[in-house]
Amino acid sequence: MSSDQPFVTDDTQVLTETRDARMTGEAPGATDDRFNSKLREAFGSSPFILTKFDKFMNWVRGSSMFMLQFGIACCSIEMMHTYAVKHDLDRFGAGVPRASPRQADVIIVPGTIVSKFAPRMKRVYDQMPEPKFVVGMGNCTISGGPFQQGYNVIKGAEEVIPVDIHIPGCPPRPEALIYGVAKLQERIANGESAPVVVKPYELEQFGDLDRDEIVDQLAAQIDEDDLVMRYNWADSP
Amino acid sequence: MSLEQPRDAAAVERTLGDELETLLGDRVLGREEHVNAPGFVIRPGDVQDVLFRLRDEAGFDHLSCVTAQEYEDRYESIYHLKKYADPTQEVSVVVPTDKENPVSQSAEPVYRTADWHEREAYDLVGIKYEGHPDLRRILLPETWQGHPLSLDYDQDRPQVVPLREHANPLHEDHADEQDADTMYINVGPHHPATHGVLHLKCILDGEQVVDVESDIGYLHRCEEQMAQQGTYRYQIMPYPDRWDYISAGLLNEWAYARAAEDLADIDVPEYAQVVRTMGAELCRIAAHMLAVGTFALDVYGDFTAIFMYAIRDREKAQNILEDLTGQRLMFNYFRLGGVVWDLPEPREEFFEKIRDFLDDLPEALEEYHDLITGNEILQARTIDTGVLPPDVAKSYGATGPVARGSGIDYDLRRDDPYGYYDELDWDVAVEDGCDNFARLLVRLREVEESAKIIDQCVDLLEDWPEDERTIQSNVPRTLRPDDDKEIYRAVESAKGELGIYIRADGTDKPARFKIRSPCFSNLQTLPEMSNGEYVPDLIASLGSLDIVLGEVDR
Repeated sequence: MSSDQPFVTDDTQVLTETRDARMTGEAPGATDDRFNSKLREAFGSSPFILTKFDKFMNWVRGSSMFMLQFGIACCSIEMMHTYAVKHDLDRFGAGVPRASPRQADVIIVPGTIVSKFAPRMKRVYDQMPEPKFVVGMGNCTISGGPFQQGYNVIKGAEEVIPVDIHIPGCPPRPEALIYGVAKLQERIANGESAPVVVKPYELEQFGDLDRDEIVDQLAAQIDEDDLVMRYNWADSP
Repeated sequence: MSLEQPRDAAAVERTLGDELETLLGDRVLGREEHVNAPGFVIRPGDVQDVLFRLRDEAGFDHLSCVTAQEYEDRYESIYHLKKYADPTQEVSVVVPTDKENPVSQSAEPVYRTADWHEREAYDLVGIKYEGHPDLRRILLPETWQGHPLSLDYDQDRPQVVPLREHANPLHEDHADEQDADTMYINVGPHHPATHGVLHLKCILDGEQVVDVESDIGYLHRCEEQMAQQGTYRYQIMPYPDRWDYISAGLLNEWAYARAAEDLADIDVPEYAQVVRTMGAELCRIAAHMLAVGTFALDVYGDFTAIFMYAIRDREKAQNILEDLTGQRLMFNYFRLGGVVWDLPEPREEFFEKIRDFLDDLPEALEEYHDLITGNEILQARTIDTGVLPPDVAKSYGATGPVARGSGIDYDLRRDDPYGYYDELDWDVAVEDGCDNFARLLVRLREVEESAKIIDQCVDLLEDWPEDERTIQSNVPRTLRPDDDKEIYRAVESAKGELGIYIRADGTDKPARFKIRSPCFSNLQTLPEMSNGEYVPDLIASLGSLDIVLGEVDR
């Protein structure tokens, strides 16, 4: 770009000129037929919109989300308050808690995840139909929160399932949860789905684990084809 | 409410100790003086003998807590005994076991509640109990390696946790299709009626419960380890809020404050005690509101009216608490020696807000009685279901509304007074129905009593002279209670007796911090209430126990 042309940030003039040119058919090249299209001829004066089917579906998903009724710890109390009077998450099209994962689109993970619960949570998440979204509520789902140094505490929900939105707080206020859910709806409407994350803890069959000292010790207690989760505490954050 | 003269507690304790020593004779190997009670050291083989004597001849009918800990040279189990008739009479039975082979006799034949307490001690510390009916891990997964609160535990060691799908322990019995009515169902750990992450393994005969076993530990987040890693002065206080998280924060903080203040000889100014009492009772109202709301939700699935009403009243209490403490749920408002700050300014407005809440409360309670206790459906579901006779409740160490619903007149606020309770005029709500309905009534009546207490506290605070509003006494920045000083202290939380055992080792962190959770003991009574009843009654009984898994698992 040559230096005598100033860098223009205000493009209203350009846009206005382009629109006028298209409407009057004076644009260089061809006439834009959006304003005098065949569709308009067909529909007459009745209003219509054009959109992509994907975009429509994303809008639908974001506008009517079925939450899984899933309580773990302290945050679930604030989550109940968010569903109930005063905060009423239902106003945003996201307030019907579903008791079964098979009917739910969104799982709010409200609390500390410990070693015994993580495989069960993973199973519940796996049972939800696609597309599914995860809201991590509270510091425990980010890093383990105040219990991070505990011998039994998973250092964040992202170790087990992918999380779309993290809401910090201990616990987050209902307003914060509503904001987080609204952000999730925005992301869904924009067609952004869950990012792929590294998941160190996965359910696997006991027989597939590396034969080390611990596995040898447990061999008498656990069947080969039982699902297990193996925690490498030393490697977790 | 009697206004007792302050007694010379140490003298009473000494005579009690001497009497008991005579009773136990040569089974006593030595005496220990804990801050709260005399302690008797006994042999691991004499546990049942000693406890039977203390229970039957000295009247210690309440095994409040079992603390297990590891020293450099030995393991130790402490049985904290009390009397339901007078909880200020306490005794600790100390059972040292040797390091190489820590085996001790089980107390389960004496007190049923010892079942779970000893399982927990085995799970976390590694002491084995001889004669225990079912010594398995309780909080950690069965496949866990090592005992995390023992001294040589390596936290970085990998662990494997299994998840067996479609497990059916009755499968073998069903192989011949003879007994098709008997079935096995899991309730939880993710289920709306379990109030959190509780797993119930039920065996049903048709619609009747043959046996139910609670599988807990899905929220065991190492609260005791966290407290042992924190310093007395500031770092422990945030954690009690998270044990019983149903807004009972201040009640729990008081448990720690009371134990640590008695341990380190800290005085609390009278003004701070009144503020504490008021805040704690607001918490109790909020906690009971949720208990009532979710109970109605469990019993007839009413998500629309009662649950919302209960949440509405909770919101009001939470708004007041937020004005007072700055937080909605995790208050962190108490400090050792007082509270963190004074009431919010302008005080008149704050008092006005509380008064408005209290003025609306009778009408709201009447509404609850119309909707809940006066409702025929609920009565049909709750009266004479989940029956818990008083002697069974005592044997399981049940406390709080669960005990008071079984006609046990036991409330630490009156019987072992702390704070400002003994200066105020209120009653202990007791119902002798022993069923789900009685427990519900106790909670609703306790809300009324709490309102009475708050009302009197507001009166006191309004007239408190401005220059005498001391919110905290002088407390050293770093607290180092004397080496080997031990204390077990309890308060009446929303669910019952919440006790804390602390052993100091001369540093600024506790060497052992044990939490006696009321829900842990109360949940143990579930099979007694449910076996032989219908499945829906099991759900109602569970709701009436009002457990919080954060406190059960800790």
